[in-house]
Amino acid sequence: MCRTARSAKIPGLITLKDVTKRYPDGTVAVGDLSLEIESREITVLLGSSGCGKTTTLRMINRLIEPTSGTIELDGRDLATVPVHELRRGIGYVIQQAGLFPHRTVSDNIATVPKLLGWNRKRQRARSLELIELVGLEQGMADRYPSQLSGGQQQRVGVARALAADPPVLLMDEPFGAVDPVRRGALQQEFKRLQRDLGKTVVFVTHDVDEAVLLGDRIAIMEQGGQVAQYGPPEALLAQPASEFVSSFIGGTRGIKLLSLRSAAEVPFAEVGPDGIGGWSLRAGDRLVWARDGVEIPAEPVGPSGTLRDLLDSAIASPSRAAVRVDDRGALLGAVPFDTLEEHLPAPQRAAAEA
Amino acid sequence: MGETWEWLTSSEQWSGPDGIPARLLEHIWYSALGVFVAALIALPAGLLIGHTGRGSLSANTLSNFSRALPTLGLVILVFRIEPLSIWPVLVALVVIAIPPILLNTEVGIRAIDPTVRDAARGMGMTGWQALWRVEVPLAMPLILAGFRSATGQVIATATIAAFVGLGGLGRFIIDGYSVRDIGEISGGALVVAVLALVAEGGYALLQRSLGPKEGSRRRRVAGPAVHHEEVHA
Amino acid sequence: MNWGWLERNVDTVLEDLREHVEIALVALALGMLIAFPVGLIAYRWRATYAPILAVTQVLYTVPSLALFVLLINFTGLGQTPVIIGLTIYSLVILVRNLVEGLRNVPKEVIDAATAMGYRQTRRLFAVELPIALPTIVAGLRVAAVSNISLVSVGALIGTGGLGQLFIHGFQIDNPIEIWTGIVLTLLLALVFDLVIVAGGRLLTPWTRVVR
Repeated sequence: MCRTARSAKIPGLITLKDVTKRYPDGTVAVGDLSLEIESREITVLLGSSGCGKTTTLRMINRLIEPTSGTIELDGRDLATVPVHELRRGIGYVIQQAGLFPHRTVSDNIATVPKLLGWNRKRQRARSLELIELVGLEQGMADRYPSQLSGGQQQRVGVARALAADPPVLLMDEPFGAVDPVRRGALQQEFKRLQRDLGKTVVFVTHDVDEAVLLGDRIAIMEQGGQVAQYGPPEALLAQPASEFVSSFIGGTRGIKLLSLRSAAEVPFAEVGPDGIGGWSLRAGDRLVWARDGVEIPAEPVGPSGTLRDLLDSAIASPSRAAVRVDDRGALLGAVPFDTLEEHLPAPQRAAAEA
Repeated sequence: MGETWEWLTSSEQWSGPDGIPARLLEHIWYSALGVFVAALIALPAGLLIGHTGRGSLSANTLSNFSRALPTLGLVILVFRIEPLSIWPVLVALVVIAIPPILLNTEVGIRAIDPTVRDAARGMGMTGWQALWRVEVPLAMPLILAGFRSATGQVIATATIAAFVGLGGLGRFIIDGYSVRDIGEISGGALVVAVLALVAEGGYALLQRSLGPKEGSRRRRVAGPAVHHEEVHA
Repeated sequence: MNWGWLERNVDTVLEDLREHVEIALVALALGMLIAFPVGLIAYRWRATYAPILAVTQVLYTVPSLALFVLLINFTGLGQTPVIIGLTIYSLVILVRNLVEGLRNVPKEVIDAATAMGYRQTRRLFAVELPIALPTIVAGLRVAAVSNISLVSVGALIGTGGLGQLFIHGFQIDNPIEIWTGIVLTLLLALVFDLVIVAGGRLLTPWTRVVR
């Protein structure tokens, strides 16, 4: 691992071969796990607590040493890399952030650069760069973690993990401690960030929705680190390989499939003065469907919305048409129900395409 | 070392009003008296303050102040009030024993989980009954710690008070020093040390016999509780 | 009240003060010097903590005058028995606070530090000790104030310090001298306390911020 690992240089393919973790008392946290984690993608390890997903994650940066088996990064056996060097080349984000309370935000972020010997100026510049990248104000650089909210601390945690530009990022339920209202924003932002950065991300969670949202590939794990199914979210949703997988995903498999498709894929049409089914669409301080003096508020869906949002909008509208707006909220048009139906994903195609 | 052994083992040290047993008993008497009288004042006060939550002194200031106060100076000062009697010195012993008992009792009661208090009230106990049947037993470890600390300090101060004429084991040290008898000084010191250790050990046993059932019910006590190792005399 | 005495004896008083500070400071420094490695051992090897604490507590139980006297057998008269005695006493609180302070470092902070590639030793000095600093400083305060108070007991065995004022004032029946000793001792304790608090706050800027 070189001093400033560039993600372009090292593809970041992680291969686990027959990895086992057995504890002295006999419990097998992970048994003979073989998995190939694609580079430059978000691979989600999904499962309930105790299934071995966190243990697996922590074996990659050797916070836990495997009892047997090998883990390779681009063909190189990680057991042969000096462990401190290895860790300085892998980013690590945990639920409680684990920020150093005695260091400023800027110094926290610059932790690995400092360990790698960067000079102060370079550390500072990099910290400021990352503060902006994770969506925080520059003014936060010299604050202490105790002055930040949970969500802000978590962003700093991500920034800190990215500071030395490692090719690999390990994340253990990073948004779990953030309140649900803000969690969605963080997830979306992270997804955007990853599109720009292209890291190999191994992401542990027990939240199916989070896995479906973020994962390019999902490995559903059962007790003992056994992989019940491994594939893109569409494959898991459209063709769950076992009873375990489908029950873990839960009852709304079909609807979850919808959330993988963008609303922008579906054509909308302008709504004429007669409206749809007698209901006209009126824009005031909010969009409403109106007929004979009855007003039903509309659920507008922007370009970043999903098919699921469109379905929701259609069901909430008396005319069964979804309402489309632009990213500033201005009315674009509506999607009649049959148009929507035409664009619903076919599971057989979803599984095949995956 | 040899002289100490000689002194300790010579028979004359073991008899008469100046002998080890007599001085030992004197010392125990003064110490017990000091702690007892202090308890008469500090225990009720501590229980009251802790139970009602009113009138709490700044515990931190009190413990800091008592830690900083030089006991030799205090003992000499009070002696000068009435040089012909040992009562002022005994009063000084009481004064020294009050803070640890008071603070620990107060904190011990105050630190009890409020839900326990509620449960007691809910079962129909009056404030008084709740105090004696529930709160005091729960606070016992801390109250005992207060006594432990007080006893240690009183034993130590009584030793020093020999300088102003108090009897007790300190006499051997003070008198021995004035005639440069290393055997007497060391012997006296040894006996005092043993007394202190025995007292400490006694409290430790007492606390252990009360022990485990109390642990789970109390909130962790932080702050002003005067642990016995925090003030020395 | 013999106020004139104070004017005439400023030099003696200052000398006693100087010696008092010297003894207390040396004992404090020695205490820290010993408590540091001992505390680290107790932190690193958990099994040693209980016995270490037990030993320090047993020694702490011995009344000060008795301990000083017993130490004379090994060190002779003068400052040394008092310095060593005070050092022994301070170990109880210094070791305990060091270990508890380190133990209270949040687990996830240590986990994150390890995951970022800190080696154990560097992590200890760069992360764990700084975070434990407030607790360590609290222990130092207690040790310092106790030291100041206990030095005067040494006067009974001829050691210098403000205790000499008590004894001399007692012998010649000079209340001013006694009060001077008491006031100076209390002031000294206050000064030490404030200096340590200030120093502690200087070293721990993150504890001073408003949320």
